[in-house]
Order: sequence, then structure tokens, then C-alpha cells
Amino acid sequence: MSNSQNLIPQCPAALAAALRVVPLAPLSLSLTVFSRKIAKNHPDLFQRLGEHSRTAFVLDPTDLPIVLCLDPNDGMPKVKLTRGRGTGAARISGPLAALIGLVHGAFDGDALFFSRDLVIEGDTGAALALRNAIDDAELDLSHEAAALSGPFARPVQRLIALAERQTGLCLTRPEDVAIW
Amino acid sequence: MVMEIVCPAGTPAALRAAVKAGAHTVYCGFNDETNARNFPGLNFNRNEMRAGIAFAHEHGSKVLVAINTFPRAGDEAIWQRAIGDAEICGADAVILADPGLLDYATRTHPRLRRHLSVQAAAANADVINFYAETFGVKRVVLPRVLSVPEIAAINSETDVETEVFVFGGLCVMAEGRCSMSSYATGLSPNMNGVCSPASHVEYREDQGVLDARLGGYLIHRVERGEPAPYPTLCKGCFSAGEKAGHLFEDPVSLNAEKLIPQLQKAGVTALKIEGRQRSKSYVAQVVRNFRMAVDALDAGRPMPEGMLARLSEGQAMTTGAYKKTWR
Repeated sequence: MSNSQNLIPQCPAALAAALRVVPLAPLSLSLTVFSRKIAKNHPDLFQRLGEHSRTAFVLDPTDLPIVLCLDPNDGMPKVKLTRGRGTGAARISGPLAALIGLVHGAFDGDALFFSRDLVIEGDTGAALALRNAIDDAELDLSHEAAALSGPFARPVQRLIALAERQTGLCLTRPEDVAIW
Repeated sequence: MVMEIVCPAGTPAALRAAVKAGAHTVYCGFNDETNARNFPGLNFNRNEMRAGIAFAHEHGSKVLVAINTFPRAGDEAIWQRAIGDAEICGADAVILADPGLLDYATRTHPRLRRHLSVQAAAANADVINFYAETFGVKRVVLPRVLSVPEIAAINSETDVETEVFVFGGLCVMAEGRCSMSSYATGLSPNMNGVCSPASHVEYREDQGVLDARLGGYLIHRVERGEPAPYPTLCKGCFSAGEKAGHLFEDPVSLNAEKLIPQLQKAGVTALKIEGRQRSKSYVAQVVRNFRMAVDALDAGRPMPEGMLARLSEGQAMTTGAYKKTWR
């Protein structure tokens, strides 16, 4: 059992159950729009991928019945959710909380790898490039989602904050601790 | 005087995190083969370096630029350009290993402070003094093969500042001279800036058992629930006779935080944290921990106990060669 397991919350069973039945095409479309918004706001993220800017990734939240196939597509990303294993040159697997925590800088990728909470398969160089690019981008998915929601930005942020409190998932970027 | 904490930054975000967490000094490199952490998605282009150094200076921190690989014959201009660009970007010093580059920097950028990289494997006072007298080197990063008494002996015979690693990946080889990675991949940290390049690493997990291959060679296998190490040959499992095990080195991290008072007495100027390949989360946690430790030491307070095991390779730590208990 990994040492960090007690620090990484499990995804709520209700979400996993819902994802077994809901149609994935609309979700995939929404996530593609969302990822393109992020690409527009953070062009450096895709530049940092370098030679891997067209590599297909499979992000596999191991506590959910779906995987997320991400094609960076040179800054015009496409996202597809699927219930199979998905296809891609590089696969990054781990609990949803760990994957989202990585995006928000709450966890260190190498530490999750040492503790076996994160597994990398396939093109290791591509996986490393994606991890480094995301770490540098300092994304806050809740802010990105709110920015996409127009007049509903504040209710969306409140909803995300509520979901964060209820699930323990790191859905927003923690504040950096400034000591000067 | 407070010991200087020298922190790694693989990305601009990590640099800002290090500065915010209290780093006195940050070291980083350009996004090419001129530095020993030439990993995918890592390092700084020229604009990022300029902005990163400006940010650090605004907050009272220094930035050292590592140009510490060995130039390829015929391509020396790539490394020479990096030195010039580091000065233009405002670097407080460059960290060099190659004597030819040191000579170039001495002649063409005399006002740019020069540090000797750990990649130069300078492990005695004579060679350190040679670098100081010949190339004006002001600081040397000591190899991780020296004990605390050996470091004290060096400091008693040189005026060059010494910087020692206190946390992170532990390299037990004579750095700058280790070619193990080359045997399996054709690429090395010395020439290409990569030890076990990610492009040659392959992981496969089956039924909870994780295999790591480097250049096609199986170098270790960990069972379900066991911590995973970095895929380096020096930490691989080998069979010799009827035994199998970590022949060169166990997969553990260096943590010398408890030796900081002894290192200070040994005359060490700066404490270096390894890990430019790590995230800003790692950088912030480790820097904060070590900054608190040196501040406590300076103020005469008890040193805080660290909480760094989770961040360590193999989730285990050692004081490495500083305490050579195997001798």
C-alpha cells in the first residue's frame, strides 16, 4: 500500500456510477471546448510540449470507469472520453484526485510515481513533457470553468467550491505560501 | 552568517515557487543540451530566463545558470553562446564544468562570476585551487562522495567557497565521469544532459508488478505496493552469482538536514538541493523546510524535524557519503 494513499481522496462512488451510464459524446465535446479555452489562455503550455505537441495521451483515472484521450493537436486540443482503455502513445494512470492535484500543483509527480500512486506507460518522454508543461502552466481549472460560464461564473465557482469541500478533490489551485 | 540555500528550478513556475518559499539562490538552465537536466518540457528559453532572473532579483534572490555539460567537438559555439546569453539575462553566476568553457568565460566574460559544477568532480583542495587560480572560480560544488571531515579538510586549504548537496537524488558516481547511461542508451548526462533519458525509458505494470526498462534492458522490477525508484542503471537490480540486488546503490534520496550544523562547522558556504526535474510543489516544500532549518541554526534555535520522506526516491533517505559508515 502506498504511503501517500491516505492523502489522496477517492473519487465519489456516485460520480463513478454516473459515468457508467451517461452518454460520453456531449461530455467529450464540452471538454474539447474547455481544453481549447485553456490552450488559448496558456499558449506556453503547448509550446513546452515541444516535439510532443501532437502526441496522443491517455489519462486514466483509475477510480472512474472512463479514460480521457487527449490529442494536443499543436495547440488545438481534442478530448475524447471512452469507457475502453483508449489509445495513445503515452498513458498516465492514477486516482482522479492525484491527476487533478497534479494539474493544480498540489502534488509532486515524482513523489506520486515513487509511491506507485501514478503509473506511466508508453512514451515516457511524452508523459514527462506533459507533466512539466502542466506544472509550469499553473492552471486553475475552477477559474477556467468560471471564465467560460459568462454570467454564471460566480454560481459555477460556488458549485466547484462546494464539490471540493464535499469530495476532498483538489478542484482549485491552492494559494502559494509567501513568506516574505 | 546564514548558510545559503541553493534551490533547483526546472520551469519558470518552479523558480517563482522557490523564490516565494525563501530560496536565497536558484539554479536553472537553458532548454537545450548545455545543462545536465535536458529533459522534455523542462528548462528556460532566453525570454523566460530573463524574466525569471528579474523576478528573483526583485525579491532579493540570486540566479545561477548551469551550463555544465561538456561541449561536443565542432559545436562549442552552442555552449559559448549560452554563457553570453546568461550574462545578458542578468545571471549572478554560471556553473561550468568544462575547462575549455571556463577558459572561454574567463577571457570573454570576465565580470561574470564562475562556479565549478559538480560535473567537474573536483574532490580535493589542489584541483579546486587550480581552478581558482587559472579560471577565477569563486565557488565549487563538491561531489557527493566526500565525508564531512574530508569537506572540512578541503575548506582548510582553499579560499574558494564550497557548496554541497543536502537533499534529493543521490549520485554516488564520480560525476562528470559516469558513462553508465551511455552503455544502455548512447546518451549521457555529460554530453547530452540526460541520465537515463526519458525517450529510452519504458514502464510496464502487470498485476501490480512494475517493470522498468532502460534502452530495452530490464533494470528493475518492483512488486505491488513497493516504492518505485528512478530508472537509472546505478540504482538497478543486478544478479551476481546467486544473489540479486542493488549492486551499486539502493534507490534512496540524500537528506543531510541533520548534518547542517556539522557542514557549517566544516566551512561550507551553501547548501544545494537537487531536483530541477521535480515539480514546483516539491521545490516549495523542500526549500521551505531547509530555509527554516538554516534560519533556526543561525538564531540558535533547535532545528525543525523534516517531513520530506514522502518526496524521496524509494521513500527512503540516507546521509550518503557524509557519514561513510561502510568504511
